[in-house]
Amino acid sequence: MMWTAVIGASVLAFAFKYIGQSIPESVLANPRIARIADLIPTALLAGLVAVQTFADKTTLVIDQRLAGLAVAAIALYLRANFLVMLIAATATSALLHQI
Amino acid sequence: MSRAVIRDSLSISIAVGAYGAAFGVASVAAGLTVLQTCALSLLLFSGASQFAVAGVIGAGGSALSAIAASGLLALRNGFYGARMAPLLKVRGIKRILASQITIDESTAIALAHESESEADARKGFWLTGVGIYLFWNLATLIGALGANALGDPAQWGLDATIPAAFLGLLWPRLKSSLSKIVAIGAIALALILTPFLTPGIPIIACVVIPLIAGWRVRS
Repeated sequence: MMWTAVIGASVLAFAFKYIGQSIPESVLANPRIARIADLIPTALLAGLVAVQTFADKTTLVIDQRLAGLAVAAIALYLRANFLVMLIAATATSALLHQI
Repeated sequence: MSRAVIRDSLSISIAVGAYGAAFGVASVAAGLTVLQTCALSLLLFSGASQFAVAGVIGAGGSALSAIAASGLLALRNGFYGARMAPLLKVRGIKRILASQITIDESTAIALAHESESEADARKGFWLTGVGIYLFWNLATLIGALGANALGDPAQWGLDATIPAAFLGLLWPRLKSSLSKIVAIGAIALALILTPFLTPGIPIIACVVIPLIAGWRVRS
């Protein structure tokens, strides 16, 4: 199952990269398509933030992950480096887990 | 080739490549093996898509959900490829190599130098892409081995690493009010659907929001 996901996702990503390199630029130049394509990662990443923070399988819970995310948001607001932000979020969750 | 291109490419390669360690940690914490984690960095090589595979698998989603979520995030690499192709003008094996390293950063560096000279833009693309590929894969291995040695992910706070990583990837995309609305809508939709659908599906469902928002709104 895991290998299916690993190989399948890799093949798909390469296909998109290669097709993009091989088609005329004008095909993707439509402003509406370009705008949708630009917004898709925003929506997916936002959905992933929400699910990874609140979901436990199909249940919504509030736990130490939310505290970690809040610290991450503060770090990002303060323009912290990506790794500093991740370490701060991880340390927050670890600390609350110990209590 | 100007020294600015070499400097920009190398500094971004080291800075971004280091995030590979975060991916390695998060992927192993999500339940993938060290080998599977390294395979994602070697073969998939697109940060957000790799985190999506780990995130969906970690949340209990199916392989198909992981592939779909990862694929939706990888779509933008196709647009980068279409933008880079007229600049790179490569065929055969070189096009295959160029495709694999067509990511956010290699495209951004090429575009940043395109107005000065096309040769510099090309060099920037290759240097950045290959540089990040090397550092990213090395860092992934280090991160994965480190997380493997730690044991229980939640005890070390690693359950917060993946959502924080997604927030970090999302943050720079929230510049326009439209993108903020799309993000809020996606968060709401994913949470509303979570109790009713198999894990992974609520994330993929978020794609309808940019379809609606991008179709209707005039820029």
